[in-house]
Amino acid sequence: MNNPQLDADGRLRHLLSIEGLPKRILNQILDTAESFVGVAEREVKKVPLLRGKTVCNLFFENSTRTRTTFEIAAKRLSADVISLNVNTSSQSKGETILDTVDNLIAMHADMFVVRHSQSGAAHFIAKHVPDHIHVINAGDGRHSHPTQGLLDMFTIRKYKPDLHNLRVAIVGDVLHSRVARSEIHALTTLGVPEVRVIAPKTLLPAQVEKLGVHVFHDMKAGLKDVDVVMMLRLQNERMNGAMLPSAQEYFKTYGLTQDKLNLAKPDAIVLHPGPMNRGVEIDSSVADGSQSVILPQVTYGIAVRMAVMAMLAGGQNSGSQAGSQA
Amino acid sequence: MTSKNISLPNAEDLLKMLAQKVQPLLQANTALVGIQSGGVWLMQKLLALLEKDITANAIEHGTLDVSFYRDDYEKRGLKAENRPSQIPFDVENKHIILIDDVFYTGRTTRAAMNELFDYGRPASITLVALVNRGGRELPIAPQITAADIALDASQNLQLIQNQDGTLSLELQSKSGTHA
Repeated sequence: MNNPQLDADGRLRHLLSIEGLPKRILNQILDTAESFVGVAEREVKKVPLLRGKTVCNLFFENSTRTRTTFEIAAKRLSADVISLNVNTSSQSKGETILDTVDNLIAMHADMFVVRHSQSGAAHFIAKHVPDHIHVINAGDGRHSHPTQGLLDMFTIRKYKPDLHNLRVAIVGDVLHSRVARSEIHALTTLGVPEVRVIAPKTLLPAQVEKLGVHVFHDMKAGLKDVDVVMMLRLQNERMNGAMLPSAQEYFKTYGLTQDKLNLAKPDAIVLHPGPMNRGVEIDSSVADGSQSVILPQVTYGIAVRMAVMAMLAGGQNSGSQAGSQA
Repeated sequence: MTSKNISLPNAEDLLKMLAQKVQPLLQANTALVGIQSGGVWLMQKLLALLEKDITANAIEHGTLDVSFYRDDYEKRGLKAENRPSQIPFDVENKHIILIDDVFYTGRTTRAAMNELFDYGRPASITLVALVNRGGRELPIAPQITAADIALDASQNLQLIQNQDGTLSLELQSKSGTHA
């Protein structure tokens, strides 16, 4: 089967979704990211890997946080970075996505980081670009947000190195969440034996069990004895119609409070992809509490994005990756 | 494939010679830095020899993986396993002894120097290599070596760590195009 994310030698060519990536590649990204964590602690917070390359952040949907972390990651690799909020520029004048991309290629962009409200947008661009150009999906519709999934795995691995022995619960709006999909694929690919999703029926996609997860509708049952709690943002802006009674009601049933968290293992960690709705899906005292690893997630996110860009940019013209260093 | 024309010296003997040559360089403000992977093995062994025989104080030391600084990164990409560089001391004003296993083109040294300078401004850098195999492509040469073995470009000299922890040199004919 032709996988657009890998080249003929099995190396990463685009990062579009975690689905379809072998465990080997996921581990290589996480291992490479380890090397980049320390870069931020040096006198000069830069390595020259992408010197002379131009990274183009193409954001058809606003996301200040994701755009900023990709910008920082590219700059720490010494790339030149251009960020375009396309919804406020060319598209409003009627230019198509591919015209926008072609224009940037004509300006010698080397890598695109794409965010779009429609699922499949990054795939669409990846199929279109010439061989030497790489595409990273920074979130497309409800489909996928692979770097978020990867940084969550990196964070979990930092605190719980033995992934083969973990019970993980994903809590909240799974239906609208591209993050949840990426997390589920990453967890199962990396060999986490038990992945649970906890949500009301109205916020679960049909046949979610087919992704290999255990479904819970009750927080207390679902959180029992888990090692990792991955909260999702309640996607208010994506919700049309009355799927939920009210934010207060939601908090009462599915909001993560210390009482509910106490049902998990005592050393369980809490993740959240941000931005948080405090008092809706997560209580402030939990978000700021000792079990929260939400801010480390942000720090690690930069290292993981550096790793992805570095792997895409390197080793394009050679057959052998492991050579002597003479 | 091992070439039978050249008899290679014993790496552990070379290491002892290297330790004797490095010893006079040590001063209060000296740190050892090994380049992955062979240079790190050497650094650790040198450290043990030098600390045992010479000084009571521990010598500061670190490791570099220069993959991110190589000039052929775009062609070669990352090795399957790259290890984080670890420089747990302040590079500023240190006399750095940079250790590599086999000196060849000088490109690894250039990458290592560039990386070191991103940690701070060292007082000096001295390049130490177990073997200089000839063939440099840059105006860089090791100040201290234990052996000079002139080799053909088609040959590849590598330092190997054996199962019992000892080091040995191995000569291979080159496969593929990597330099």
